Formats: sequence, structure tokens, C-alpha cells
Amino acid sequence: MDALHEKKLKKLEEIAAALRHDAVEMVINAGSGHIAGPLGMADIFAALYFHVIAHNHRRPAWPDRDRVILSNGHICPIQYAALAHAGYFPKEEMKTLRQIGTRLEGHPHRGALPGIETTSGPLGSGLSQACGVALAGRLDGLKYRTYCVLSDGEHQEGNLWEAVMFAAKHKLNAVTAIIDRNNIQIDGMTEVVMPLESLRAKYEAFNWHVLEIDGNNIAQFVDAIWEAHAVYEKPTVIIAHTIPGKGVDFMEFDYHWHSKTFSKAEAKKALHELRTLEEKIISEHQ
Amino acid sequence: MSLYPAAKLLGTLFKEGELDMAPTRDGYGTGLVEAATKNKNVVALCADLTESTRTQAFAEKFPARFFECGVAEQNMACVAAGLAVSGKIPFIASYAAFSPGRNWEQIRTTVAYNNANVKIAGHHAGISVGPDGATHQMTEDIALMRALPNMTVIVPCDAEEARKATLAAAHIVGPVYIRFAREKSPVFTTDVSPFTPNKAQVVWESHKPQAVIIACGPLVYNALHAARLLEREGIMSVVLNVHTIKPLDEKKITDLAKKYGAVVTVEEHQIAGGLGGAVAELLARTHPTPIEFIGMLNVFGSSGSPEKLSVKYGMDVQSIVRATQKVLSRK
Repeated sequence: MDALHEKKLKKLEEIAAALRHDAVEMVINAGSGHIAGPLGMADIFAALYFHVIAHNHRRPAWPDRDRVILSNGHICPIQYAALAHAGYFPKEEMKTLRQIGTRLEGHPHRGALPGIETTSGPLGSGLSQACGVALAGRLDGLKYRTYCVLSDGEHQEGNLWEAVMFAAKHKLNAVTAIIDRNNIQIDGMTEVVMPLESLRAKYEAFNWHVLEIDGNNIAQFVDAIWEAHAVYEKPTVIIAHTIPGKGVDFMEFDYHWHSKTFSKAEAKKALHELRTLEEKIISEHQ
Repeated sequence: MSLYPAAKLLGTLFKEGELDMAPTRDGYGTGLVEAATKNKNVVALCADLTESTRTQAFAEKFPARFFECGVAEQNMACVAAGLAVSGKIPFIASYAAFSPGRNWEQIRTTVAYNNANVKIAGHHAGISVGPDGATHQMTEDIALMRALPNMTVIVPCDAEEARKATLAAAHIVGPVYIRFAREKSPVFTTDVSPFTPNKAQVVWESHKPQAVIIACGPLVYNALHAARLLEREGIMSVVLNVHTIKPLDEKKITDLAKKYGAVVTVEEHQIAGGLGGAVAELLARTHPTPIEFIGMLNVFGSSGSPEKLSVKYGMDVQSIVRATQKVLSRK
């Protein structure tokens, strides 16, 4: 991972805008799927695939690659968009999301599509798998890092806390957990449905290194990743405060968009807003 | 005596006082160390039951490849999935009531659907756990695992077959469930007894058989005793050890059902979804045959000595004899 120059940062912001647009288009095409999460996480996925991780789309099984384990599989449209933009599969294929015969399953499936490391959808199991992946790397003397993307809501699953304990016990410093702290889940706001706070204090008590950032600020995210690399004695969690539905005014902060589908008018409006945003970012950068 | 020669069983197997007694979990312990010695990718995980699941020998010999997970079976299954997708061959051990009982969804998604090369050792299965009672007497594990695509399901009949099954599991590419028992049971197969997953083994064949007794696990021994008693009464049978419940040896079971026209299934598990269910589903399709079922009949177990529980739930030798007589009356 190189230092993040101003020019590269602008480029990543452009990519994030393009990923947002494609993710929304995919979900509109599919007629179902989750969209608030993908929009909130677009900046982090742009940074992961186009700056942070060592990977090669021509060799998806390259043993030394950094791993991205998506635990909250329902936000897969943003990962699919990132993989398509990174060259793992043709961009046209994005429109097959959730259709019969597709490689883009409604929730991501290992083996179906290059670049998907594990099957996910049922919540709370991704961090455990990331621990297994990291342990294997340690046994084999490989230097890859394992990034696990988690939702905030899935911290209500007991399985997840079993993994938090396990990673700390084994001092899995090659594991970096990235929490999409957008405060929403299907039934409402997380603090109403089942309070999670203080997430920071919980992770600290479990002996993790904890960082909190604005998850829609790419520079902050990259700085946090650098810091995680420098921590050898424990795993690191980055609590990324994001805006659900980020980039589409009428969706931002509204938990209904966690899994709501678009009406025709909403679809048109959302795509128009995102296209405008994309153009604005590009023109600002020129 | 009609022991089937090709099964190469111990010649003295009916002399009970002279038989070695060992729990099938012992075979897991020795098989695991053998598999790990041959292949450095074999790793083992355990959920706070290292001694009683016989993972201890592995843990002592290969400490860097052993991961104690604590009482957290869901995490254990998923950590194993992560290790497996990274080239390792993880064996996970706990009591069957907890793994695959507690962590079934994790096994479904991250092991079976992921097609991860994880081996699940379910210990203390069946009612023979005895005094601990129904919470620990897992009698639904075969059903849970048999329903999962990609999963192989093996139920060894004694400690020696358990050793071979553990070794075989390390060679199978894909998820495998192996079921082990807590209690000591007769060791009646030998190191030269054939064991091939998916190949059911005839262990007894009377002259001109009239019925097929299909059994799995340590109850194969009871089935042999029943066949001997039946032969003395003039009822001739074949005993088939179906150690691999999935994939089922469909050809062998269908052939025997066609030849002899009556079947008894014997298992220490719910009949629904277990060996009995599997055989009934098969024969309904290939050759409808009268079947009597020995196993748990939609009830949970209870505390008691293994011998008394075996009688209470109708899995003793006499129950198998009666079931065989009954099925013959339905031919």
C-alpha cells in the first residue's frame, strides 16, 4: 500500500461515486436487494480494492493476496461493483444480479464468482472465518492480511463475540475488522432494536486495538489501515461511522432503505442524484 | 457360524469376555494422529473437550496445529471453514449435541454450502451416553447432517473402524461428518477388515437368507448377535454394516432387498431422518420392501445405564430378533 497522494485520493473518490451508481443500478435491475449499506460503504470498498489490498484480478487464488471477507453478505452489490471495476468479471454482468443463472447470487457465494472468498448472508460468522484464514496464513508463513467487513447490527449475534474472543486469544494482528457503523438495521435504529453501545468499550474490553473514523472519509480510512498494520500485539477494529444511503438525499439516514426496494420514480431520482454527484466530483478534480 | 469371510472380523467375536472393549472415540484419537503424521495440512480444533473427544494425543504431538476454541462451537465451525478455504484440513471435535447440534447453521453455510474441506467429529452420540441424560444423548445428528448437500456421513461400528473412518475422512475432499460414541463397545473388526466409504459391508450371511438386517454404529454388534440367535431358530439373515449413510451404497442395499425381500434397520438415532429413513427413501424408489425399524421412535432419551437404555428403547439383541420375525410375517 502506497502513501495516499492528493491525486490518488481524488481518483478513489471518483471510483466510489461510480461504485455507488453501479450498486444502485444493480439493485434497481434486480428489483430487490439491500442498498443503504452498499451506498454507505462505497468509499471504503473503493479504498480497499483500489488502494489498500494486494491483489490480482487475473490470479484470484494467488496465495499471497490480501483477503477481504464480507461478513454482512447482504451489502454484496458494493463488493460486486468493486470486483467488476477491478477487472474480476465483465461490468455488463452486473445487471444479472439475482437473476436465474447468474454468478452474482443474492448473497455472495464462494466459487460462484472470482474474488469472493467466503459464502455469507447469515450474520455473525464472517469474523470467525477471517480468523481461520489468518491462522492458515500464520501456519504457512504467508504475510497476507485479512480484512473482515462487518455490519453493526450483526454484533447482536453471539457467534460474532465468540470470534472477537478467539482473535484476541490468538493475537491475530493480521486481522482487521471494519465495522459499518451506520446505526440502522431492518427493524429500525440499532440503539432501539438492541443497543450496541459502547462498541468501542466492548472491543477494548475484549483486548482489541480500536479506531473510530468517519467511514465516508477515504483519507481517514487509509490512515486507520496504516495504524492497524503497525499494531503487532493484537487485532484491530476500525469502527467506521457511515451514512446509510450516502449520496442519495432522500435515502440518507432512513432505516427503511436498509432493505426497501425502489419505486420507478425513486429509482430515477436516485440515479439522477448519483450521476450528478459523480459529475461534480469529476469536474472538481479537473 | 455364518460370519462373512470377506469382512475379516475377529473369529472370537461372540466370546464376549475375551473381546477388547473400546469406545469408538478412541479410534478418532489414533486416526487423527495418523492422518496428521501423513499430512501436515491436517489441523485440529476442539471446544473445551480435548480429553473426552480424544483430541489430546494430537494436541500434545502437534501443538502448533491444535486450536482450543473454548465452549464456542459456532465459532469453531467457522474458524475451521476459514482454515479449509486456505488449504488446511481441519477436524473439529465436540459432543454431537453441540456440534452439529448447536452450530448447524454455521455448518450449513460456511462448511457445506461453502464446500469447505472440514471434518466434523460428533462425539458422545446416541443414547449409550447413559447417565448424562437426553440433553447429551444426541439422536438427531445423522438427520441434520444427511440433509446437507456436499456432506458425507459416516457412523463407524467400533474403534478400529473409527480409526479407518478418520483416516479416510482426511482423504475425502469436502465436508465429512463422523459420529462417535462415548461408551466402550466390542472391537470386532480387525486391521485387515475392509473399509471403503460408500461401500456397505456384509458381515454375516446365513445359508439361504430370508431377511436383511441393515445396521450402523456399535449396534452392528447387536445385529450380529441377533443374526446368530435367529439362525439357531431357523431364520436365515444377512447383516449389512452401512457405515456410510451418505452417500448411501444404493446398489448393495437395493440388490439385497431384491434378493431377500425383507429389511430391518438398526440405529441409535431417530428413525426419522436417520439410517431407517435413508433406507426407506431408497427402497421406495428402487424396490419397495417391507421394513421394520429399530431406533428412537419420536422420543428423547433419558438417564440410565447404557444396557438398560438399550432395552428401554428397543435396541437390544432381543428387539432385533423380534423385529426380524415381524418383518418376515409381512413378506
